[in-house]
Amino acid sequence: MSENLAQDFAVTREKLLKVYPTKAARKRAKHMVLNDPDPETMPEIEANVRTIPGIITQRGCTYAGCKGVVVGPIRDIVNITHGPIGCGFYSWLTRRNQTKPIDDNDYNLMNYCFSTDMQEDDIVFGGEKKLRQAVREAYEIFKPKAIGIFSTCPVGLIGDDVHAVAREMKEELGINVFGFSCEGYKGVSQSAGHHIANNQMFKHVIGLDDTVRDSKYKINLLGEYNIGGDAFEIERILEKCGIDLIATFSGNSSYDYFANAHTADLNCIMCHRSINYVADMMEIKYGIPWIKVNFIGAEATAKSLRKIAQYFGDPELKERVEKVIAEEMPEVEKHRADARTRCEGKTVMLFVGGSRAHHYQDLFAELGMRTIAAGYEFAHRDDYEGRRVLPTIKIDADSRNIEELTVEPDPERYRYRKTEAEVAELKAQGFEFRDYEGMMAQMAKGTLVIDDISHYEMEKLIAYHKPDIFCAGIKEKYVIQKMGVPCKQLHSYDYSGPYAGFKGAINFYRDIDRLVNSKIWGYIQAPWEKNPELIATYVK
Amino acid sequence: MLLRHTDKEIKERVALTVNPAKTCQPVGAMYAALGIHNCLPHSHGSQGCCAYHRSTLTRHYKEPVMASTSSFTEGASVFGGQANLLEAINNIFSVYNPDVIAVHTTCLSEVIGDDIPQILAKAKEDGRIPEGKYVIHCNTPSFVGSHVTGFSNMVKGMVQYFAESSGNKLNQVNIIPGWVEPSDMREIKRLAWEMGISTVVFPDTSDVLDAPLTGKHQFYPKGGVTIEALKSAGDSIGTIALGHFASAAAAEALDAKCNVKYEILDLPYGLLATDRFIDSLRRMAKVVVPESINAERGRLIDAISDMQSYFYGKRVALFGDPDQLIALSEFLVTLNMRPVYVVTGTPGKKFEEEMSRVLHEIPEAKFKQAGDIYLLHQWIKNEPVDLLMGNTYGKYIARDEDIPFIRIGFPILDRIGHSYFPLVGYTGALRLVEKILGAIMDRQDRDCPEEGFELVM
Repeated sequence: MSENLAQDFAVTREKLLKVYPTKAARKRAKHMVLNDPDPETMPEIEANVRTIPGIITQRGCTYAGCKGVVVGPIRDIVNITHGPIGCGFYSWLTRRNQTKPIDDNDYNLMNYCFSTDMQEDDIVFGGEKKLRQAVREAYEIFKPKAIGIFSTCPVGLIGDDVHAVAREMKEELGINVFGFSCEGYKGVSQSAGHHIANNQMFKHVIGLDDTVRDSKYKINLLGEYNIGGDAFEIERILEKCGIDLIATFSGNSSYDYFANAHTADLNCIMCHRSINYVADMMEIKYGIPWIKVNFIGAEATAKSLRKIAQYFGDPELKERVEKVIAEEMPEVEKHRADARTRCEGKTVMLFVGGSRAHHYQDLFAELGMRTIAAGYEFAHRDDYEGRRVLPTIKIDADSRNIEELTVEPDPERYRYRKTEAEVAELKAQGFEFRDYEGMMAQMAKGTLVIDDISHYEMEKLIAYHKPDIFCAGIKEKYVIQKMGVPCKQLHSYDYSGPYAGFKGAINFYRDIDRLVNSKIWGYIQAPWEKNPELIATYVK
Repeated sequence: MLLRHTDKEIKERVALTVNPAKTCQPVGAMYAALGIHNCLPHSHGSQGCCAYHRSTLTRHYKEPVMASTSSFTEGASVFGGQANLLEAINNIFSVYNPDVIAVHTTCLSEVIGDDIPQILAKAKEDGRIPEGKYVIHCNTPSFVGSHVTGFSNMVKGMVQYFAESSGNKLNQVNIIPGWVEPSDMREIKRLAWEMGISTVVFPDTSDVLDAPLTGKHQFYPKGGVTIEALKSAGDSIGTIALGHFASAAAAEALDAKCNVKYEILDLPYGLLATDRFIDSLRRMAKVVVPESINAERGRLIDAISDMQSYFYGKRVALFGDPDQLIALSEFLVTLNMRPVYVVTGTPGKKFEEEMSRVLHEIPEAKFKQAGDIYLLHQWIKNEPVDLLMGNTYGKYIARDEDIPFIRIGFPILDRIGHSYFPLVGYTGALRLVEKILGAIMDRQDRDCPEEGFELVM
């Protein structure tokens, strides 16, 4: 990173803060830092705190994080949204979690939206009766394995007890029914909803099926939601390597996979922010260690596969993984080299999600593109600065609202998958358990990091620094493009993908190449705007 | 199969909605507020509402949709949202400097009982609303009505906050276009202009949600009804409200407040509804319909007569919003088609009354207010149709049942065109005719035996 850019960003930071009223400026200042990747001198960034009203945030709500992100992608649960119609409607098929039922007779409820569509009377007199009836009707018509109930804002306020209804209906119908207190206002962003989803899946589903599959390398993939088919590509690679994927939380998943997930020997975390809670709980209860992986980027994919092989320590697996990498990489290299000729040196800004703004920096680096500014929408300090800062994170009132489960080792089923000696040996090899170094450790010194960026900040950042590409979500997409800068949506991938794994990397190179090099960006000005000189008219 | 669990057998449901044909009030209020010039819509509730509404509108228009939120957390939900709204007003005027903030409520702020006028009065008192700026509001409880109700409430709010009668009548007509696209609002203005009539069209999202790409983001695009124009609406000679569900409330409020007489008409979709619109406009403004409009009408009649045999007897299933469905069904009947299943998620007896009128010559027709798309699909499974019309969610049924499908309504998430090309007026009707023929004739080309494959159709 050039000295100049760091200085420019320091100036930009001051300019961005100037527009806000004093109180808002004081708060926003803590969310904007000039990066230093050295853990000793890395600045502290404020994250996972309340958004200032009125500043135009990217963030959504707790319900969106719970139903929309974590539980929504499970194809064989009837997910009933308990509330007025909107919440269920907006989270209906809008997140691109692809799913592939096993065969024509398998469940696929993904394309359906279920809601109690609460009316005024339900608000006034309570909605439990309608909810109970809705659960009965859902069972009667769809005969699912399980039913989930998702609370929207009014539910908590009027005092409907969705958990009591769930218990009753579980008893009455003889299938698993569970509730989520994921009212939109519960946290400061989607993040609270992830935590609530983790808790309830851990309490009500994980561990229900003790069948142990006869395979050698059993893993779970946590925090992979199969946007645009990412999970399909990762499944393909793992299968080729001979690694047995017990469950993915929750892309292309079934209720049954969750029930059986505790039989895996390793949890691999993709999106740290949304799913680390359940990984921790599974380690304590069942003795399954977890590691951070990243399948976004061909190099990152190879690294993650090697890390999994190293964990199992079997030379046969290591050899097979190397063979797969050797087979896959030439094709990747070919496309990368080609796209790189047109993309190298271009600059990138990423403001999105809770892990994507980090993961995608690897893919851009493979194209020779430089990340100059980045930030998350709903991440916590550990996602920026690494898990080493966890003990120093202050728990505020908003975080205290979210239940922390007390978990104990399971008396029968706890079995730590590695002996102390094995753990020590792996650590000696530099193997990191339960670690995530965060985004900032990987970004260059002097780059700009902004948490929960506001619309104003985003627009000014683009105007001042004209990146060659800006990555964000649907609400930002067309603002950015109005400014003549291409935007890549990293929630929906602009309806393309997959971008994970080896084939995904090739797709990404192609998509970025054609986006940043599209002819249209050169045609914004009309010829007469480029040459506005007046031409004299002939007057008779 | 995409909807593999949808069964022919219709079991009674009283509590569970499956695949809704409506969404909630606030998104409609947000859309309407975008039709005011220099206005920032504001969602008074938790962040998710605002994020969802902006996302849906953005996906529908592929355009920036600017709106802010009060960002409720648990504290605000317990102690009330006043502090959040006051802080939001402060920040919005400092950072985004709109002329108007248009606040709508959510189920959250409605349930806790936030009194918006009282909070706005306090904002005014505290000097948080700069001179010459406005904060308006409407109540949009999500557990009443639908997105159409929310739209209607915000349009009514515009009247309540702005319309004034000065005592001097102006030679202009108010047109409340209803929940239609920017292209439709532009077309409505053009038709009035062709007739030489001055209008106040509100809301007006043309030049807002179809803005050009110039290399600069206009936070407030050039379109939208101005405050000046909204104020003058109280002096207009009359109001034409298009669509009972979306526009009647505002027209009635304007009459009550400023004594402006009004006519409520169907949305001008298709031949007859456009005829009534032009005729009412002509009589209200006391003008003669120009030859150019007669020619537009003539072209439509000509096209229909040329291709009439393709429409005849075709069974159509439709879902969407009541104002659209009423006018559209009437047009389909005009074309000798048979709208046999019509479902709206929006509640309201008026819908069923209107459909009985429009479909009196289709005895087999079934229609339902407060229904859902799952039910419509079941009807189709029991007796198939030749054409399906509705928003993007219809594509799942269309593919499973192999039915030609025309996207119409809100939201359309997977195609463009609706924001650029109108469906209202004679030109819009011609576009509908083209779309219907395209769908039906493409199907014939696909399915006919090779020996029956026609070059000329």
